Order: sequence, then C-alpha cells, then structure tokens
Amino acid sequence: MSTTGFAPVGTVVAVRRRLQRRYALVMALLAVLTLAAIGLALAVGDYPLPLAEVVRSLLSPFTGNVEPAGDFIVLGVRLPRAVAGLLAGGAFGLSGVLFQSVLRNPLASPDIVGITMGASATAVAAIIVFDWSGTAVSLSACVGAVVIALLIYGLSWRNGVTPYRLVLIGIGMSAIAGAVVSYLFTRARIFDVQEALAWLTGSLNGASFEHLAPLALALLVLTPVAAVLWRSLNALQLGDDTAKALGTRVELSRLGLIIVAVLLAAAATAAVGPVAFVAFVSGPIARRLLGPAGNALLPSALVGGLVTIGSDFVAQHMLGRNQLPVGVVTGAFGAVFLIYLLAAAHRSGRGG
Amino acid sequence: MSANHQLSAADLTLGYADRTIVEKLSIAIPPARFTVIVGANACGKSTLLRGLARLLTPRAGTVYLDGRAIHQMPTKEVATLLGVLPQTPVAPDGITVADLVGRGRYPHQGWFRQWVAADDAAVANALQATDTLDLAGRAVDELSGGQRQRVWIAMALAQETELLLLDEPTTFLDINHQVEVLDLLTDLVHERGRTVVAVLHDLNLACRYADHIVAMRDGKVAASGTPPEVVTPELVKSVFGMDAEVVSDPVSHTPMIVPVGRHKVKAKLKAAAE
Repeated sequence: MSTTGFAPVGTVVAVRRRLQRRYALVMALLAVLTLAAIGLALAVGDYPLPLAEVVRSLLSPFTGNVEPAGDFIVLGVRLPRAVAGLLAGGAFGLSGVLFQSVLRNPLASPDIVGITMGASATAVAAIIVFDWSGTAVSLSACVGAVVIALLIYGLSWRNGVTPYRLVLIGIGMSAIAGAVVSYLFTRARIFDVQEALAWLTGSLNGASFEHLAPLALALLVLTPVAAVLWRSLNALQLGDDTAKALGTRVELSRLGLIIVAVLLAAAATAAVGPVAFVAFVSGPIARRLLGPAGNALLPSALVGGLVTIGSDFVAQHMLGRNQLPVGVVTGAFGAVFLIYLLAAAHRSGRGG
Repeated sequence: MSANHQLSAADLTLGYADRTIVEKLSIAIPPARFTVIVGANACGKSTLLRGLARLLTPRAGTVYLDGRAIHQMPTKEVATLLGVLPQTPVAPDGITVADLVGRGRYPHQGWFRQWVAADDAAVANALQATDTLDLAGRAVDELSGGQRQRVWIAMALAQETELLLLDEPTTFLDINHQVEVLDLLTDLVHERGRTVVAVLHDLNLACRYADHIVAMRDGKVAASGTPPEVVTPELVKSVFGMDAEVVSDPVSHTPMIVPVGRHKVKAKLKAAAE
C-alpha cells in the first residue's frame, strides 16, 4: 500500500464527522420532542395538572411525597398510556424500518404487507369463535402475525425471495385477512363485537404496566439483535451480489432481520392492536430527517413512539367530545403520507 | 506487495435453474496480471466471473483460492482476499461517496472491531487511487456515470484485497471514462501488484489492456494467453462468428480487430471473405 498523506484521511474523517453530528442532532431533537409529548400527555386531560404536579407525582414513589388523587391520574392512568404509545410506537417503527430496508421498498412495512392484519384476524377469531379473552387473545395475535409472515415468505419464494413479489403477495394476504375479519364480525354476538373492535383499530385505552410487560421484554431482547444485524443490512442495501462479495451470508441475514421485524410487529400488535401506518411512516420520516447520515434504526423507533403519542393526544383531546382510538388518527395521517410517497416516487420516476 | 494469491477453477459447471451455462471449465488466473475475459453475449463470461467470485454455487467442479475450495471457506475470510464488483450494484438513496466506499470495509469489521483509523486510511487511499477524493462528501446519485463507476471501484478497493474481479466495469461509460477506468485497473496491477480479472465488452480495449486474455464460446474457454498469441482472425471468427482483419494497434502495438461486415467493405476483401 502506498503511504498515506494526512490530507486525504482528513477529508474522509471530516465527512464522517459531519454525518455523525447530524445523526446526534436528529437523535437529540427526537428525544426532546418525545419528552415534550410525554409531558403533555401526562399534564393534559379532564383533570389538567400543572407540570410541577406531574413531576412531583412521577417522583412520589421515591420521595414519598404522595397525593392519592393526582398520583392515580398520573401514575395509574396517563403514564401507562404514554408508555404504551412509546413502546408500541417504537416497536412498530423498528419493525417498519427493518422491513423497508431489508426489502428495499418503502411500501414493504408490516402494516401494508398484512402482518398486523394477520394478527388482527387471529385475535378476532380467538374472541368470536373460541370465546377467549386476555392473554390468550394477545398470544393468538402473535401467532397470527408469525403465521401470515411465513405464508407470505413461502408464497413469494422462488429461488430466493424478490422484494417486489413479497410486497404484492403481502398486500393480497392483507386483503384476505381483512375479509376473514369482516366475515367473523357478521357471525359475532354483540358483546364479543365490542371487545373485538379494539383489534381493528389499535387503541391505547386501558393500558396498564402488567399488560405492557411482554412488549417491553420483546423490545429489550430484539432491539440489540436488530442493532447487530443492522451491520449486515448496510451490505445488503448494495444488492445481493455486492453483499455476498463483501462476505455477508445474504439469505441468513435477510431471514434473521425479517424474523426480528415480524416479532416486533407481533409484540406491538398484541399489546395495543394494529395501530395503522405507524410502522409505515416512521422509517421514511426518520430517513428524511437524517439525510445521508446513515443508521435509521433508533431514529425510526423514536419517530414511531412520537407519532403514536402525538396521535393519541390528538385523538383524545383535539377531535371534539368523542375520544377516538389512536389508530383512527394514525390511519388518516398515514394515508395522506402514503399518497404523498406514491406521488413523490412517481414524479422522480422510481416506482414504489 | 506480499505473496500473490492464486485463483483457479477445475471442471467448473455453472448454471441457473435448469440451464447450464458453463460446462467443465478449468482456468488458472495468473497472479499480478490483468486478465480480461471476452466473448459474445450469453457465452457465459459473466457467469464464470460470478462463479470464480463464489457469488454462484457450482453445479460441479471447484473454485480454488490458494489451493482451498472457495465455497468451503468462511465467506468473510474470502472477502478479505478477493473483492468483487458485480454488474449492477445498488446505491442506497442519498448515500454519500465516503459512506459508500466505507462499506467496502465490512469484511474487516466485526461485532467487537468497529470503525478505526485504518478504515479511514483505506477509504482515503481508495478515493485517491480512483481520483474521487474531492467527491467524498457528495451524494452518489448526483454523480455522472463515469464518476459513479469510479466510486464503485473505490468501494471494492477499500476492501484492500489482492484479487479484484469486475463484471463489465466499463459498460455504459463514455469512451474517455472507459479508458480512465482501464488505466486505473492497470495501475493497480503494475504498480501495486494486484491481480485483476475483468469481463469486458470492447474487444479492442481488451486486447490493449489485457496481460492475459480469455476468450469464451458456449461456456468453454476457446483460447487463452497474451493478446498477440491468441487474437487472430480465426479466433474472432470462431468466438464472434464474424469476419475480421487483425492489425497492429497504432498506439499500443497490440492486436486490433477491424470487423468485416457486408457493407462498406473494399471489393477485394469482400471477394476474399466470400
């Protein structure tokens, strides 16, 4: 190798530093916005609380400065709800950006290719057909997500999986799962319908810490796995041949990444239902903020949490007296974003 | 440069689905030389390159890297010895040149060995060698075709492998950029002792730049050797099915192929061809 002068290395380091600074800036911005959203979510409601009172309540388990009414509202009602939004939104965001990056297609998020719809279908079946409730329903939602993912992967396999075929088959499977849900509703007793409805549009109603434990555990285990696999994703993004040339085990890495993404979507759906389009919008928003500054994994998780908490705030407090489930707001927001994305892709001549 | 690595194949059979493209082919790549593979469309030259680069698993036969079967070696270890630039690499949207070239460092990194100063140095060297240092901060999608191709070669160079395999690195480039890229590859061979194998479309540029030329026909090696040894009107006829005169390239004194078609040909030659 020829000897290295100082100047060229300096150029490379300067570019890398610039990208790192932008990454740090984006992360800081998202963290501040998320904290602000959580603060709002804890303070605003039928019983508005000043921020100082919220902080006192949050610290009361440690300081012993207890005030039962305020503490119940903050710690018992609003905090679990905000945490549910943060965790589920984060998991959806991670799942979405993994899917979109592995399949190199912004349409390939778990809520569009039918993973969350599959979870809904089995959850609704569990309630209406088998009369199950509670944990059993959540578990069957997880099973449904995994089964529909396997079906999609299997059906799109022909000497390997091409992303485009997988997306199309996923959209078809999503429609089938939707049809199953509609059919089940026509046969349901009215009491079951009430419960099953929550599985159509995700909702943070009735969130509790015990309820969120499995999702928190899933995030704790799967996020580091995703971070490790993200390294091979950097190679996979250059095309299969280049990735292989760089020493990546392509099919293995891709399968690993998809499994992690499916499990994250399944855990989030089991906890709060299929909150529409959070997985779909998080990655693109994070990427737009980052520009060329690389790794969109954690920023997408933060965007997912922020979108979910923000949408829940809008659904609860800004749309008149009726409190809507969060999925209605994210659904409307996501639909607009989808149209924008399709229009933008069309204009620049890049399909989907 | 350190000891040269040996790449060879014995009785290699390659194919896709139910089609066999390359059959029982044996080849030895001369180390520290520029080897160029030529042949008509669909003769199996790209398939052979993908096989040698372990991107394609052989139906039968073996590719050897330093005497070891390449498909049995850990793929990451291979990636530290042998770099490949495939025909259609994909640049992620908005990625900067420095970042893309840095991806070439992948095989040198691991869970515990993250980005270090040596990686910056390798990227800087690769950018300098390809004359793309001043593009380091630019987005790859804003570059011209020639610039982009040089950046991709820089990515393969950052891998710091002694062997470099390239599939049609000059396709879609203007003639000036083609010459630029081939000059660069020749520098790598003659100044740094690298072994370079490239599939090329342009027969005359292949003859000019190759130290060793491999002509393929129907999945087999039709001839191999130095261009003056190998390139004759008979070879061109058998490989491309076309009449041609072979003259001396006025610039390099290597063989130059002048095609003889049905039109725009002097009467005497026309008679001889018929």
